[in-house]
Amino acid sequence: MTCDEAEVLIHALIDGELDAGHARDVEAHVAGCARCAARFSAWRDLRDAMPVRGLRHAAPASLRSRIERAVPSPAKTDRRALLKGFVAGGALSALAATGAGVVILRQDRDDIVAGEAISAHLRSLQADHLTDVLSTNQHTVKPWFNGRIDLAPPVVDLAAQGFTLIGGRLDFIDGKPVAAIVYRRRVHVINLFAAQGLAFAWRTPKAQAVQGFNLMRWSDGGLDLLAVSDLNRDELEEFVSRFSEATRKSRQG
Amino acid sequence: MVPDFDRGDDAAQRFRAAALPYLDDVYTLARYLLRDSDDADDAVQECYLRAFRHFATFRGGAIKPWLLAILRNVCRAEYARRSASPVVAGADDDWAEQASGGLWSDPSSPEAETLRRFDAAAVQALIARLPEPYRETLVLREINDLSYREIADVIGAPVGTVMSRLARARALLRAAWLAEEEEP
Repeated sequence: MTCDEAEVLIHALIDGELDAGHARDVEAHVAGCARCAARFSAWRDLRDAMPVRGLRHAAPASLRSRIERAVPSPAKTDRRALLKGFVAGGALSALAATGAGVVILRQDRDDIVAGEAISAHLRSLQADHLTDVLSTNQHTVKPWFNGRIDLAPPVVDLAAQGFTLIGGRLDFIDGKPVAAIVYRRRVHVINLFAAQGLAFAWRTPKAQAVQGFNLMRWSDGGLDLLAVSDLNRDELEEFVSRFSEATRKSRQG
Repeated sequence: MVPDFDRGDDAAQRFRAAALPYLDDVYTLARYLLRDSDDADDAVQECYLRAFRHFATFRGGAIKPWLLAILRNVCRAEYARRSASPVVAGADDDWAEQASGGLWSDPSSPEAETLRRFDAAAVQALIARLPEPYRETLVLREINDLSYREIADVIGAPVGTVMSRLARARALLRAAWLAEEEEP
């Protein structure tokens, strides 16, 4: 490596932008070149001398509230008129129509769904909110949802696999009614949410840890499913695979 | 079945949750780019309104660079407006001349000294005096904490340009820093 090459790459090294191989190359050059070693320490010193936190500006409260007023909040009742104005934007509708934005937005939407599922799980752990129908019998829990929600949630008995069915209740995620089926292993509650239109479309369950809870999401049989628990990840994965296995069997009759 | 405003409401909620946490980042960049707090207020508000209007076209990934790119466009419109008034023009050019005239030195001498620690206000002032393209790149990297790739996306230039601008920006800043130390 020449000094000219190193000159720019030293910055990339300090900024943590180099892969391991290139980082080693630059470090090797710096180790054997007094000029580049001096550059390296000068740039590192500059970085250390920057009082980064103090260099940020906090947005004034007045600006924040002006923006919050301009972007309608769901709590406000006069939002329709405002929103129509925003939604009518030409570029937005044109691009939305191509579907270009849709896939991507899913990421944010997934985060919202995950956050709401955690909230629903936490709410359910508060006194007397865990179940609307309390029964360890799948043939009691499943029909309870009839007429309460527009889908037939999969309710299976997993007692033999070490997951006890406790009951079910109606809940809401992302503004949609969802069937919550509640299982327990030892002292850990598992909320299994089933809904349509949460749009995960992952056949293979996707695991995620959010706020200290484990969460798994997948789609099966036209339903979007989401399991939340403080159970460790391995056991939650075991639950999901046992559950999928059992629902598959019950579908086949 | 689903009325339009519900979809809109949903979008507004998503937008707020995704974009508002970066308000300080956007405002910080605006302050450095425009060097005026009233103009920065206006630019940030305009940025958020534009971002909300175009939220459906957001291509995902990190939202911070996307917001900063919108802010940058808003600021460039403001530059264009300002350059219609002759007063501010020239300040940056002097700097660019100094920069190319070798007034900034390459810190390659082995006795390259340690910089004196200045308080944040003093460093802000040094950064504020950097010529525009260098100031922008430096702020995006050091203060907004973007990766090279993200900076390239924000300023619409190749990563190589980002790297050379950043190297130049730091050289200019260091020279200004050392000059400040000389001041009585």
